[in-house]
Amino acid sequence: MIDWKTKEKIVKKVLYIFALSSIIFLTGIVIVLFNEGLPIFKEIGIFDFIFGKEWYPTYDPPSFGILPLLLASVVVTLGAMIISIPIGVSSAIFISYILPKRFKIIVKPLIELLAGVPSVIYGLFGMKILGPFLRESFGLPTGLTALTASIMLGIMALPTIVSLAEDAITSVPKSFRDASLALGGTKWETISRIIVPTATSGIVTAIILGIGRAIGETMTVLMVAGGAAMIPKSILKPVRPMTASIAAEMGEAPVGSAHYHALFGIAIILFVITLFFNILADIASERFKKKVVGK
Amino acid sequence: MNEKLSARNFKQKLFFSIFAFALLVALGALALIIYFIFSKGIGVVNWEFISQMPRNGMSEGGIFPALLGSFYLVVGAISIAAPLGVFAAIYLTEYAKKGRGVRLIRIGINNLAGVPSVVFGLFGLAVFVKYLGFGVSIISGAITLAIVILPTIIRASEEALMAVPDEYRRASFALGATRWQTVKKVVLPAAMPGILTGCILGVGRVAGETAPIIFTAATFFSMRLPGSIFDEVMALPYHIYALVTAGTNPYKQVPLAYGTAVVLLALVLLINLVAIVLRIRYDKMMKR
Repeated sequence: MIDWKTKEKIVKKVLYIFALSSIIFLTGIVIVLFNEGLPIFKEIGIFDFIFGKEWYPTYDPPSFGILPLLLASVVVTLGAMIISIPIGVSSAIFISYILPKRFKIIVKPLIELLAGVPSVIYGLFGMKILGPFLRESFGLPTGLTALTASIMLGIMALPTIVSLAEDAITSVPKSFRDASLALGGTKWETISRIIVPTATSGIVTAIILGIGRAIGETMTVLMVAGGAAMIPKSILKPVRPMTASIAAEMGEAPVGSAHYHALFGIAIILFVITLFFNILADIASERFKKKVVGK
Repeated sequence: MNEKLSARNFKQKLFFSIFAFALLVALGALALIIYFIFSKGIGVVNWEFISQMPRNGMSEGGIFPALLGSFYLVVGAISIAAPLGVFAAIYLTEYAKKGRGVRLIRIGINNLAGVPSVVFGLFGLAVFVKYLGFGVSIISGAITLAIVILPTIIRASEEALMAVPDEYRRASFALGATRWQTVKKVVLPAAMPGILTGCILGVGRVAGETAPIIFTAATFFSMRLPGSIFDEVMALPYHIYALVTAGTNPYKQVPLAYGTAVVLLALVLLINLVAIVLRIRYDKMMKR
């Protein structure tokens, strides 16, 4: 029998290793991405890779410029945010302070439930129902466009943004609200001048996380955006965002080929962008915690 | 505050109406999508659709292998991620001292949660499929999916552990229990419903994820059921994608895709519903 002190020490060490698992996986992902993606940066130069205007990976000679894919991601994500930020934040404000409690206890879980709808379902809807609808409405050659992808991603981001923003707004201390109402402010004045300004950094966290998710979303854009790797000239044209390119082309790129490395190169760019947004969200959420707790 | 009270009240009504409208739009859009999927697919779903093999080059028959494949992937992923996540959460809440180390681990968890799902797929492809030589298989897909849901499970478990009142721990220490005994016999049982909720949410997420399994586990068509964990499998979400994008007979295959979508959607919503109901009941219990 080992004595309890040694046993405690062993348990603590083992648990510590488990706790490190996330960091280990994250480091693993970074190592793999750079290991497989750096060759393409060396071959054609990081500048030409990011700002090259032509993505013809299977031509002879191939050309690996990801600007059309990068811009497609930016356009689709921007479009999604234009839809989901105003609707999402307004809904969150409505649920948190205006909706009577007996409805709130139904609506809040309902939104959480909808957050679980798999992305491939949105993809199917966008491809077979929204796409054809937009094609007929605008008289387009194809209904699978940047606009279609934006609308689907926008709707898809709603549950996340509503849920997180609502949490932020609700966590503003009650005393803030009571003080404002006691001074004779109306409910709307209290919300617009006291509660929302206090919750701003929390709402911003929700929005940033929403953006990060929209950029990284794969299945919906793969099925809905149309897939043309050209610099988007109009939102009614088909585009091919970065995630869609990776998912669509990985199957046909021979392991170790320049195309294979280029797809990992895209993943590096994607990873760096989402990392940036995550860190931003982290900073905003720290700021929010300080403000609400009042330290 | 020079405005008249009536003007202020009007402003309030105006803005409240706008917000109410926004909520209706949000819920309406989501409801519309679910309604369309169900109305187009429910006619296809019957017992044969669920229990039979696909026939005639995927243009007829059922989705049994996809259902089974998804089940294997979910079970595999959760049995890897659950112990890993729960033990990690135990360390973070019960053992770690606040400081730079814990902050770093937290940053790791947050950033892992934000990695795009297709990047997990690439990682799985490079490491499990190629480097470790597992091939496109259940095991490659399950490990990849486990990494995808690890942050969700850690966070949910952490919340559940932190919700256990400190009196429980002190009472246990006062009786002479060690920290590990306290965790094992007092804290963990009290936090179990919360941890379970997190795991169920993880199951729902895994069942619907497509991008991480495209290159690691999924196949469009297989004539037989998987015989071992090193076989590739069909899976519900990938089946939907494959039917509408790679199908050769859209006239027959698109309705099958809707049917599969109904099955997947019903499963995922049911799983999430169970988790949410469980959590609401558990919250009430802890507040008492």
